[in-house]
Amino acid sequence: MDGFDFAVIRDSLPFVWQGFLFSAGLTLFATICGLAFGTLLALARLSGHIWLSLPATVYVNAMRSIPLVMVILWFFLALPLLTGKPVGAERSAFVTFAAFEAAYFSEILRAGILGIPRGQLQAAQALGLAPMQTFRYIVGPQAIRPMLPILLTQVIVLFQDTSLVYAIGAKDMLKAAEISGKNYNRPVEMYVFIGLLYFVICFGLSRLARGWSRGRFAA
Amino acid sequence: MGYDWDFGFLVSRVKNGDETYLDWLLQGLFWTLCVALSAWLIALAIGIVVGSARTLRSRWVAGLAEAWVELLRNVPLLVQLLLGYFVVPELLPRELGLWVKQDMPPALTAIICLGLFTSARIAEQTRAGIEGLPAGQRQAALALGLTTTACYVIVLLPQALRRIMPTLTSEFMNIIKNSSVAFAIGVLELTFQARQMQEDSEHGLETYLVVTLLYVACALTANRGMAWIERRTRIPGYLGSSR
Repeated sequence: MDGFDFAVIRDSLPFVWQGFLFSAGLTLFATICGLAFGTLLALARLSGHIWLSLPATVYVNAMRSIPLVMVILWFFLALPLLTGKPVGAERSAFVTFAAFEAAYFSEILRAGILGIPRGQLQAAQALGLAPMQTFRYIVGPQAIRPMLPILLTQVIVLFQDTSLVYAIGAKDMLKAAEISGKNYNRPVEMYVFIGLLYFVICFGLSRLARGWSRGRFAA
Repeated sequence: MGYDWDFGFLVSRVKNGDETYLDWLLQGLFWTLCVALSAWLIALAIGIVVGSARTLRSRWVAGLAEAWVELLRNVPLLVQLLLGYFVVPELLPRELGLWVKQDMPPALTAIICLGLFTSARIAEQTRAGIEGLPAGQRQAALALGLTTTACYVIVLLPQALRRIMPTLTSEFMNIIKNSSVAFAIGVLELTFQARQMQEDSEHGLETYLVVTLLYVACALTANRGMAWIERRTRIPGYLGSSR
């Protein structure tokens, strides 16, 4: 290899930045929608009504036993058939990740809720609280605290997983770096750079999450 | 939805060649299992050593092991794979790099990368397993005059590994799923074949359905197999043990 060319990295920064914005936006969108849908799934599974819990269980287990790449390919192929018009790799990725992450988030939420002692529920009932009130004031606040570090770790995993939109050619951070590498004919520099970038972002976030959860739970 | 379902295409010939689509599918299944199982061996071997190293008193060794885990955990698997495929050959000595680029099958790159990636996760689980043991186990082993190595091999690891069997099971299922990323460097595994069949045959939905079912079948088989090993290796007297 004839010397490491830093100029390529500098020149491709604006393009990679665009890719980063896509990856970050996808992560944020999938986190918010996945949490919302995941909460519904978790509640459905815990509801005790078979016609609510069975579809939710099937959905969660199906998503969790298929590789994410296959799920991405599925949505990319099936969404246009359902809507009747081309969807585009980027928009398809948004729908896919929201649907896929919901399954993983719902498992974290369910474990958090199941970790609450039964006595709490009985006490809420004894006080005459309605089911929604019980969830809002008793179960929710207690479940969310120990869950936060696990949820944050899942968000970091999710950010890494967004690189898999590579399979359908959506322009995320990795794809942007790869295109730059091809254009300047310096792929080695760009792959090393993007690897470092992922590491710095994910390592930084995980340290932040760790420090934050320590500070929060110390009290 | 006016889609013509037709699974019969599986036994028809591909566009340019004598093979049928079923041949492609079986080839995909073979490479998926080959990559996943070989990577699993690498991951177990390195993961157990690195995980044990993280619990050692020596700061240097523990720090190096931690760096290993953090490095592999915080870079996406796909990026690691591309680094292994495009960058590593450039860093090797000239002849070796040339051989890697021209003659080494991409499956080998995938096996090594997937193995290393998973080793970091197994290391974390091994560490948790060792740290979960009562401190008296280590103290007793050392008091008996065992060397550090013997202490780990004879006393700590046999207990720790049996305690983390459930997480190892899910990790084994993960490695099968993660092997799908190998399509990116041209390994002919199931995901690669799925994309190729979809383009070649225009029977996308049927193809994806069959490939998805194959993945689910692999996951279920892996799960049952690990459950059997779990039952056989359970430590008597612990919760979940029937003996």
